[in-house]
Amino acid sequence: MSHLLEVRDLEVKFALRSGDITAIDGVSFNLDPGERLGIVGESGAGKSVTGFAIINLISKPGYISRGSIYFEGNEISAYSLARMRKIRGNRISMIFQDPMMTLNPVYTIGFQMIETLQAHRNISKTQARAIALDKLKKVYIPSPEKRLSQYPHELSGGMRQRIIIAISLLADPAIIIADEPTTALDVTIQAEIMDLLQELCERDRMGLILITHDLGVVSQVTEKIAVMYAGKIIEYGPTETVVHHPVHPYTIGLIGSIPGSIEPGKDLKQIPGMMPTLTNIPPGCAFNPRCELAADICTKKTPVFEEKQNGIMAACHMK
Amino acid sequence: MTTHQTPLLTVENVVKHFDISGGFLDQLAFKGGIHLEKTTVKAVNNVSLFVNKGETLSVVGESGCGKSTLARVILGLYRPNSGKIFYDGQRIDHLSHEQWLPYRRKMQMIFQDPYASLNPRKTVRQTLEEPLRFHNPKMTAQEAVDKVAYVMEQVGVDPAWIGRYPHEFSGGQRQRISIARGLILDPNFIVADEPVSALDVSIQAQILNLLMDLREKHDLTYLFITHDLSVVRHISSRVAVLYLGTVCELASAKDLFESPRHPYTRALLSAIPRIGEKKAKHIKLKGEVPTPVNLPSGCVFHGRCVYARDRCRKEFPRFNELSNSTFVSCHGVEEGWDLG
Amino acid sequence: MKTKLQQFTESYFLYSFRRDMVAMASFAVLVIFLFIAFAAPWISPMNPYDSVNIDIMNSEIPPMWMDGGSKEFPLGTDNQGRDMLSTMFYGLRTSIIIGLGAVAIQAAIGVVLGLMAGYLGGKTDAILMRLADIQFSFPYLMVAIFMSAIFQVVFGAGSFEQMAIPLLTIIIGLSNWPMFARTIRASVMGEKNKEYVEAARVIGLPQRIIMFRHILPNALTSVMVISTIQVANAVMSEAALSFLGLGMPVTKPSLGSLIRAGQEFFFSGSWWITVLPGLWLVLFVLVINLLGDWLRDVLNPKLYKG
Repeated sequence: MSHLLEVRDLEVKFALRSGDITAIDGVSFNLDPGERLGIVGESGAGKSVTGFAIINLISKPGYISRGSIYFEGNEISAYSLARMRKIRGNRISMIFQDPMMTLNPVYTIGFQMIETLQAHRNISKTQARAIALDKLKKVYIPSPEKRLSQYPHELSGGMRQRIIIAISLLADPAIIIADEPTTALDVTIQAEIMDLLQELCERDRMGLILITHDLGVVSQVTEKIAVMYAGKIIEYGPTETVVHHPVHPYTIGLIGSIPGSIEPGKDLKQIPGMMPTLTNIPPGCAFNPRCELAADICTKKTPVFEEKQNGIMAACHMK
Repeated sequence: MTTHQTPLLTVENVVKHFDISGGFLDQLAFKGGIHLEKTTVKAVNNVSLFVNKGETLSVVGESGCGKSTLARVILGLYRPNSGKIFYDGQRIDHLSHEQWLPYRRKMQMIFQDPYASLNPRKTVRQTLEEPLRFHNPKMTAQEAVDKVAYVMEQVGVDPAWIGRYPHEFSGGQRQRISIARGLILDPNFIVADEPVSALDVSIQAQILNLLMDLREKHDLTYLFITHDLSVVRHISSRVAVLYLGTVCELASAKDLFESPRHPYTRALLSAIPRIGEKKAKHIKLKGEVPTPVNLPSGCVFHGRCVYARDRCRKEFPRFNELSNSTFVSCHGVEEGWDLG
Repeated sequence: MKTKLQQFTESYFLYSFRRDMVAMASFAVLVIFLFIAFAAPWISPMNPYDSVNIDIMNSEIPPMWMDGGSKEFPLGTDNQGRDMLSTMFYGLRTSIIIGLGAVAIQAAIGVVLGLMAGYLGGKTDAILMRLADIQFSFPYLMVAIFMSAIFQVVFGAGSFEQMAIPLLTIIIGLSNWPMFARTIRASVMGEKNKEYVEAARVIGLPQRIIMFRHILPNALTSVMVISTIQVANAVMSEAALSFLGLGMPVTKPSLGSLIRAGQEFFFSGSWWITVLPGLWLVLFVLVINLLGDWLRDVLNPKLYKG
């Protein structure tokens, strides 16, 4: 096993009262040390579920129904919850959109960081404090000593997200999964956070999985992109190639619908309709009702996810 | 301010502060004796701008810059503390509820959150008929239904769904219905407050195209409030950049994006993630964004500006018109400092 | 397009109801209670409010399963010779009428004042909420004693018997409106900053229409929940007042006055005059509270997962 993380044919289902629905369906990708992968898609495409599935944090009624996840050569999808807990937050960290989801408002930053460290490692409070300070410096937080005694509400949104990144770095993880880490932030702050994440990956050879709806952000930070649609990866390849020479009609449409991709004032290239909900995914290719290339076969047969051109994998009959 | 035609909307030195100090007990302060202390959020500070007929003026800025408050002051939802607002030459900021009514037909608003902007207990028909019936008491039921169906078609919602409730629609469709409500009184002027920022990219494109189509068809004038600069560039004819309730720069979209003058505008533009541009160089701002409760002295931007000099800390810069009807409020631009 | 009935049968509301045994059982018992109350004049063996039917010779007969019991009076009789079963049916009827009436008054006052306080804010809010605080710091028993005393002085004790039901309804209704006002105010304050309210203001609709037609319908779920609990509370209040002799007269006993009447005979062996109406009351209040709890869980938007 040569990859740091390998996800193979992952399927996640949710057991609802109306029956099981498939949230992600046959997702495969891999990540090497220091590599940055972007998972892009619109809301409901299954990108967040993918992130949660990797660290086995899918809450009921969801469950992993097929496939396997290998981390450093071990099949972690088969691990018990107790064993998984040692990896989660330790070897694989996760950053969420809302920093307040992770930060407890009634404790100081210092207390939370030291507590996290002592939970994972058998070290003294002084040692833990030193590590916490070191990590705060790594994420360029001004006057880190002062921050340790502050409460989350005393900090701005951008500063909180930096603290979260510092916390996720505490155990020197091999992989960080960042789920829309900058969606709630202003553009100037977003740019700083993205620079920081990229720098951390390059310096510490950390793997990054960036989950976002923003193709612009992904194209600046990552090396590989996986585009998700209705629970499936429909295009996967090197960022440069996917952005400049996309294969799948959905990716083409998605890029065309970003204002700024074309001359101001002209009509944006819009994709008609909307993504199907998971309960009524059309047969064949899930994108066929919105696709301008759709032919007869698209409504009947699910396209195979295969190598197309320039190292891009895609699932489309017409290309 | 000199303009080349009579603007449809003029905002002159508008100030809006909110008192958030709460009741008597909350105001008590014990620093150096007992006294009452007021806390005010200085949301909009001395904003002047104008919107010409048929154009789209975008107001951009980061969260907390006062752009949404400005929109609501213009539409009379908040009364400004000082300053004047003119619509079509008539002063409107001091009008009573009844005096506002004729302007309500002409000035409408589209909201950000398609889940909160429609009353969940009302059908599409009720939502769209209400303004119509209220402003045209003599309208017959048939006329109202016809008008509703017509507007629904205009915004791309099947009129057959007239009896449905908002929860039966997707986010994009709800935003279309919200736009229909804005259009149903045949207004001339529409304030759109972040109309696409809650939507997915592919739906966002549909709504932006719709808004541009409607502007053509109905001869509309937009005041577009947003934080998304790529949307701004795409849709607007002119742009006002707002920072802490103050307009930094007001210029045509082309000028602003090609040669931004104000240091804040430059930093903002450099931070847009552009697709396919690897490792773009961001202009880094120093410091933290101040809160609108404690506004900095002098130029509101000086704490984060790398070019700030002594004058910036003391003196509020004037809102100067440069050659090509670009307005900038910056001592550095005015005095021709070397701004990189 | 789905019909209303289809929508209802497929709804989360019905789904969670059918999965909750306690809710279903409570609802079944409540329906029986309501039926009995409504149909009391037709299903009761006798009319205990009519003195023609009462024979003092039949007083204190124990329930039929005990020694000396008679089939004529299945649950025995009270100290005046009234059939316990019939009296409990009629008493329940009185309690429910007063409970529902009082809650209607509470809701009407509370909703209007709470809506105004929440929407208008500022001074209106401060004044109305202080008023609610004052009202809350008055025990309703004190109000009831004052009002019934005044009433009896003004109209005489004789007419009190006829006026007892409306009077009790008003007393209990007036004393508990702050509950509604506070609940409504809280949900109105959550709703009033939503964009649909701003949209209504941009349209130019008058405040009155925005308050009652836009905000109120969206704030009503909380009213539904506390209404159920408040009915139970009002029934309890009525029982307490009657127990103290401030409520329903002995000639027209409600459950509370029955319990009070039986209390004197409790230790002389006629326990059933107190215990049976007591259990009857407890059961009734219990099912309402259980249903109210269930309703609160279902209607809580934070738990609602459609």
